[in-house]
Amino acid sequence: MISLQEFINNWLAWGLLLLPLFSAAVNFIWLRKENVMAQIVSVSIAGLIFLIALGIFYDRIAVPPGALIKWITIPGVEGLHGFHVEIGWLDNALSRAMLLVVTGVGFLVHVFSIGYMDHDKDRARFFGLLSLFMFSMIGIVIANNLIMMYIFWELVGLSSYLLVGFWWYKESASAAAKKAFLCNRVGDFGFLLGILMYWGTTGTLTLDFESEAGQAALAALGALPGWEVTTMGLLLFCGCVGKSAMFPLHVWLPDAMEGPTPVSALIHAATMVAAGVYMLCRIFAILDLDASWALTVVAWVGAGVCLGAAFVGCQQDDIKRILAYSTLSQLGYMVMAVGIGAPGAAMFHLSTHACFKAGLFLCSGAIIHQCHEEQDTWRMGGLWKRMPITVGAFLMCALALSGCPYTAGYFSKDLIIELAGGSDVWGAQALYWIGFGAAILTAFYMFRLMTIAFVGKPRTEPAKHAKEYGFVMIFPVVTLALFALGAGWPVWGWEDYYGIATGGLAQFSSHFEPAWLSKVVGWSFFAIGTGAAILLYLGKNEEPYRRGFMKVLNRKFYFDELYDNLVIPAQQLVARVIAWVDDLLIGGLLVRGSAALSEFSGQMLRLFQTGNLQAYAFLFALGLIILFYFVLFRLPLAG
Amino acid sequence: MTLLLLLLIPLAAIFLIMLRCPAKPVAVWGAAANFVYSIVMMGGYDTTGSAGSKIIDGYQFVIKYPWLDLPGLPLISFHLGLDGINAPLVFLCTTVTLAAVSLTPATIKRAPEFFIYVLLMSLGALGAFLSLDLFFFFIFHEFALIPTFLLIGIWGTQNRQFASMQLTLYLTLGSLVLLGGILALVLWSGANTFDIVDIQKQLANTALSETDQFAIWPLLLVGFGILISLFPFHTWAPGGYACAPPAAAMMHAGVLKKFGIYGILRVAMPCLDPSGAAWAYWEPWLWVLLLGNVLFVGYTTVAQKELPLMLGFSSVMHMGYMFLGIATFDLIGLTGVVMLMVAHGLSAALLFAIAGEIQQRTGENRMDQLGGLAKRMPFLATAFVLGSLASVGMPGLANFAGEIMIFFGAFNRINFGAYEAGQAVPLMIVVILAIWGIVISAIYSLRSISKVFFGDLPERYAEVRDLETFQERAPYILLMAVLLLLGFVPSIITSNAHQSLSLMLGGGS
Repeated sequence: MISLQEFINNWLAWGLLLLPLFSAAVNFIWLRKENVMAQIVSVSIAGLIFLIALGIFYDRIAVPPGALIKWITIPGVEGLHGFHVEIGWLDNALSRAMLLVVTGVGFLVHVFSIGYMDHDKDRARFFGLLSLFMFSMIGIVIANNLIMMYIFWELVGLSSYLLVGFWWYKESASAAAKKAFLCNRVGDFGFLLGILMYWGTTGTLTLDFESEAGQAALAALGALPGWEVTTMGLLLFCGCVGKSAMFPLHVWLPDAMEGPTPVSALIHAATMVAAGVYMLCRIFAILDLDASWALTVVAWVGAGVCLGAAFVGCQQDDIKRILAYSTLSQLGYMVMAVGIGAPGAAMFHLSTHACFKAGLFLCSGAIIHQCHEEQDTWRMGGLWKRMPITVGAFLMCALALSGCPYTAGYFSKDLIIELAGGSDVWGAQALYWIGFGAAILTAFYMFRLMTIAFVGKPRTEPAKHAKEYGFVMIFPVVTLALFALGAGWPVWGWEDYYGIATGGLAQFSSHFEPAWLSKVVGWSFFAIGTGAAILLYLGKNEEPYRRGFMKVLNRKFYFDELYDNLVIPAQQLVARVIAWVDDLLIGGLLVRGSAALSEFSGQMLRLFQTGNLQAYAFLFALGLIILFYFVLFRLPLAG
Repeated sequence: MTLLLLLLIPLAAIFLIMLRCPAKPVAVWGAAANFVYSIVMMGGYDTTGSAGSKIIDGYQFVIKYPWLDLPGLPLISFHLGLDGINAPLVFLCTTVTLAAVSLTPATIKRAPEFFIYVLLMSLGALGAFLSLDLFFFFIFHEFALIPTFLLIGIWGTQNRQFASMQLTLYLTLGSLVLLGGILALVLWSGANTFDIVDIQKQLANTALSETDQFAIWPLLLVGFGILISLFPFHTWAPGGYACAPPAAAMMHAGVLKKFGIYGILRVAMPCLDPSGAAWAYWEPWLWVLLLGNVLFVGYTTVAQKELPLMLGFSSVMHMGYMFLGIATFDLIGLTGVVMLMVAHGLSAALLFAIAGEIQQRTGENRMDQLGGLAKRMPFLATAFVLGSLASVGMPGLANFAGEIMIFFGAFNRINFGAYEAGQAVPLMIVVILAIWGIVISAIYSLRSISKVFFGDLPERYAEVRDLETFQERAPYILLMAVLLLLGFVPSIITSNAHQSLSLMLGGGS
């Protein structure tokens, strides 16, 4: 018997990874029809792993050194690289913080889902898939090598595919799931090439750059020419472009809102889409090599998405789509933060964003449910009187997202904008103003949403009869809202984490002198956006400004049209032409031509040839003769 | 424990069926016994690979005695042996056989014949995988091809005559070219024997001359290549599989086709010198052709409208990865090939079986006519999604391990191969384009899932039935369970395979 202490030291931590897998397996194999049991298993395990993550964060539970299993081991021979893949754990401040975010938000979303999925006959599958997602996501967070990360990277893509397509009988859900998977696949293609390149040049797959192997790898990379390390960095960044929905693969995320709303909250807002940012932080040492200018590209892609998505968000009407574009925009901030050399700030914003965006989605889910699956904000209205707690929580989260002073979002977003201005990336000043502009737009579209949906008169019947939910749906929402307000305060010691992955926060100084002017600027962008939204939309019953540029924004810069009418048909055309060539040239002329030839010889030898087997036997014999002739003829030459 | 029993069990089952015992029960019990026995053999396999007395030249459970020794002709011996390369294939064969016979309805027309042919295919494949003598190696495979033709010709659907004829002509041609290569190898090696191990030993001392190798390489490559549906010799495969009854498609696409890959690993690579000038001449051809398999056939797959045809093309496309692994000549890549052979065999068998069920239950195989079947067939939908994900290379299922090792092997080769820059760059481009295949396969696999199983259920399929009893589901569960097991713990296969492969590469070239 092993003692309790021994168990805690050696095994309990792995429960974090294995328990969700166990839950998923149990739900899929034995509990397919047992909705209530499946729910109990899944939610209690989500709670349990949150406790384990807390224990690890506060050093009460030890992370065992060494691998869980050696997945594949092939030793290198004669100077070739070996291939060692293990399921291991790289434990540092970065992964601990991320674990807390993932399991914390994950647990709350599980609890919320009990209420939200109440009437769905297929709950067991839903909770099984949620557990599968938790398993995959935790695998990404703890991964200590790039193949392990890639494995779980694909698995979160799978969980996302299955959850977006949860209501597979809807054509739109099925199409959205497919789109999400394919966009991610394209990104993963680049990611895999980046991993291969890293391994090819260094011979290792480790993510632990403190270790001996990691140091040697960085030294080897440091000796390479700039274009090579830049290419490698950008290929690895492709993984993030797919998973975190950066331009040009961003099109899948808004469509992914077809999934159940708890899924949108957990996967497509708080955790999975942020995995791309987390991955960039994990490999920051590779991106940050002296010769590489990959980070500049990363920063500008992030900034572009940050501003572009914020613009689009201003003219959407569907409540979940507004939030989806807002997620894109916030991911842009995080990616930009990595790009300017501040992964700590990116992680800070990732954590606060996980709280308030998950909160926003859960609230919107409750609202949509009460309005009888209505997602159009123009068909709501006056909800604050009927659902005061939900709307209140939504307001708290929205304040944090908009950067209202002293909420969590204010601290984290302000930090990124300030750092962008002071960084030494190409175009730092422009990045600062882009961040600033996007922040104004953020406040604008959030308050536009709330002005339309929550104030005024109810515009439909269901909106008049909306009512508040019970405890299981209120508790997670209120918890997240409280975090959205308070999680950013300096008392929680966030500064300790700013240096995650870089070993110190570089050049953090106020953009303006004196320091109070910076603060006033920070407050002003919240005030401008909020004020404009309320002034423009208060008392309106339909969108009054949809003309010209606003129309372009409403159509999301026509990216969907571009993909649907250009990229996909082009791919289809290539496939058709190739299939035609295959059928005609190779299948038709060559094969049927030779078939006709043999048929001709068959006609000649009709006396002996009557069917398939005979043809076979004849050709076989003929071949033997030709062959022996060939060999005998050829023998003297060889000898 | 003897390897002979692996061949005797199906043989006994065939005789029992011929003696008018009930066909399906005998076939299922025979296949199950062989499946269990193959697992027992794996259990007895010495995984440490230490030089124990029972390991001869790297092979275990060796059986060897001379069979035909005529003066003037090379010695033919009956030589069986098991190592890390063929052991997984034996397991693959017994698994797929068990699934194939147990999902065939007992009421199929001319049932005794049908089951005898399937068991014959299994017997031939096992014999080919186990034989260490080129004569039996070749004959066993030919032996398995005949029932393939019959199964398609008699029990096939649609234009089975044409498909069966085309397949016959093609595979005969392939065998013929292959026979040329084998005979040349046997006669020119100077070993005066058909025994693979003895030929290898002889060639390790005195390698074949460059001119000989120059002639044998293309014979073996094209010969085996036709059997594996190497581009552009692939057109027999999709049509043939689309017409074949599910059990035959499973056995051929899943198991028998692997004979070609196995042959390249077992015969071509150790006997010929992959670092010589002859291979340097032929190698670029293989790189170009495998790209044809992945990209050209890949996009052809995207354009397919019928489910069985699409699966057939997809099976051809995945052969491109196997060729990529072979072209690497790298320990990692070749281990990946062994892994992918097993994985692809299982996933292809699973998908062909489901396509057969759908066709039988709905009477339809055009994807745009189907839809929403997940509502009526939750079990088949789950199985199809799992099989498609496996063939897409999703981690957690066996195919991923194989594919990723092949990609790493290719990078290893280009990194450290004795290539000049002018050569390495085109090869790198080929590898990158081949990896694009992971996107192509996702496109057609997900398309087929959403067209067949998701969306609205047409009125006319409102009464379609799922697999309901455990007996009906068991074969699918078996295939899925093995895919998952090997996906989670690929080292079951890779640890033994890479030992045998490194022995082969080290000792042969």
